[in-house]
Amino acid sequence: MTPDEAARLPATRAAARPLARFLRRNSLQVGIVAVALVVWVLFLLGSPRTFLSRDIYVSFMSTTPFFALVAIPLTLVVIAGEIDLSFPSVMAFGMMAYDVLFVATGSIWLGFLACLAAGALAGLLNGVIVVKVGVPSLVTTIGTQFLLRGAVMIVTNGQGLGMTEVESTALHGLLVGRAFGFMPAQFIWTVAAGLVTWLLLNRHRYGAHVYLTGDNVESARLMGVNVGRTKIVTFVLVGLAAAFAGFVVSTEVLFFWPTLGEGYMLNTLASVFLGGAPGRSSGPSSPRSSSAPSTPGSSPRGSPASGPASSTG
Amino acid sequence: MANLLELRNVSKTFGEVVALRDVSFHVGVNEIVGLLGDNGAGKSTLVKIVTGYHAPDPGGELLWRGKKLSHLSVARAHQLGIEVVYQERALADKQSLWRNIFMGRELTHAGGWLDVRRMRQETLRLMQSAMGFTSSAISPESTVKTFSGGERQGVAITRALHFRAELVILDEPTMGLSLSETRKALDFVDGIRKAGKSAIFIDHNIFHVYPVVDRMVVLDRGAVAGQFMRNELTLQELTDRLYQVARTGSLDG
Repeated sequence: MTPDEAARLPATRAAARPLARFLRRNSLQVGIVAVALVVWVLFLLGSPRTFLSRDIYVSFMSTTPFFALVAIPLTLVVIAGEIDLSFPSVMAFGMMAYDVLFVATGSIWLGFLACLAAGALAGLLNGVIVVKVGVPSLVTTIGTQFLLRGAVMIVTNGQGLGMTEVESTALHGLLVGRAFGFMPAQFIWTVAAGLVTWLLLNRHRYGAHVYLTGDNVESARLMGVNVGRTKIVTFVLVGLAAAFAGFVVSTEVLFFWPTLGEGYMLNTLASVFLGGAPGRSSGPSSPRSSSAPSTPGSSPRGSPASGPASSTG
Repeated sequence: MANLLELRNVSKTFGEVVALRDVSFHVGVNEIVGLLGDNGAGKSTLVKIVTGYHAPDPGGELLWRGKKLSHLSVARAHQLGIEVVYQERALADKQSLWRNIFMGRELTHAGGWLDVRRMRQETLRLMQSAMGFTSSAISPESTVKTFSGGERQGVAITRALHFRAELVILDEPTMGLSLSETRKALDFVDGIRKAGKSAIFIDHNIFHVYPVVDRMVVLDRGAVAGQFMRNELTLQELTDRLYQVARTGSLDG
């Protein structure tokens, strides 16, 4: 940085107005939304009849939740500096637990609870292997992805399960019913999951620790943040969400395929990263790399000798 | 009067590597101790034991105000008032100032929900009273990535004092700082003494350590090579001794 630039720095900072600051801080998100709008307009121009009717949006609301429900908590894992690639198998693993419980007891609700429990357990397994054994999460979750899919195939013998019985329970209406006659219930669940996750992330101690863990894990640990527990909880949340999403998909189509979840990987990951979750590449665990602007919107930082300290102190 | 902190025969091995060998070390009440030593001398390991990050090998003892600490965790060390100020590693760069100030000790409502309003107010108060950030450009919402080395030091130091530290550990606080910012950091060390607190001041640079400490401890290759009061030695004698330690591993040569 030249002395000239250094001298201008405080003035630039002072000029930041709330709107400008909001745009600068969220430039990535604002950019992505703008791109989405452009794409939408292109589609609108290409096929006005389709994209001006309600049906296509009802269809979106019905199918995007299948991966959005997982993508939302997966964002927390990525912010905490880890990754989870096992969720496609966890979707089926939860349904396998439903399958077993339903066949044994005939209870749909019991099966639903078993599904969620199995998902949470799978997440716990991931978290414990990553945190306690110390295997990188990329390796761990690729491994558990195969492990859990294998378990599903063995237990179900590769056979699917009809779910028409669910239609007669309140669960069906709650999960995949149509609110106001058109809005898929799973869309409402997705919006709710988004709101709850936002609150957890930005207004709860747990979320604060997720940020700190991803940003500077050593500093967080030194300041008394239970980094391991924070990571394990995020993995459990993803497992729980994946099992829930698996149940929603199976209830929507009234059939459980043992291959459930295959094909969800890239859509889900794309929405996490396009959504702007800060990834590992920005070097959360390396304090030295932090001086390099890793995200758009970071302003240049003064070198210690020429920084704005003298003018602000 | 009992020492504020005492380490008795503390060793620490990581697998095959002996980081600390039978180290005895103490910090008195309202005493500033300079910890000198080359890279790999064991300074950081010592700090991490004192802050509860590492447990010493069996046989070593830690005493706080004369009482034995059987198990020192990071949380327990905080509770006692042991606070580390790192220059670079202290802060989460992409987070706001208030999140950094309350890192690991967030103010919460029932159920763990953050009391964001109170944390922001408190941060603003600290900025004006303790950190000397008067510019309108810096707010509790500013991300610390944009701060200079001196400002970051100020944040870390203020955080330590805000949580009523009894023993402040400064890990190379002057590294990479300009002359005027080094002055500020050294003034702060003086401020610790005036506030009646104690400090361990770790630095390579004896010219920074010498003027502000009461006593100096020299670590070499995991062991205490020697210690002396500041008023026993001139800076020149100290420099000569340190070269001797680096060459021979002993002060007596």
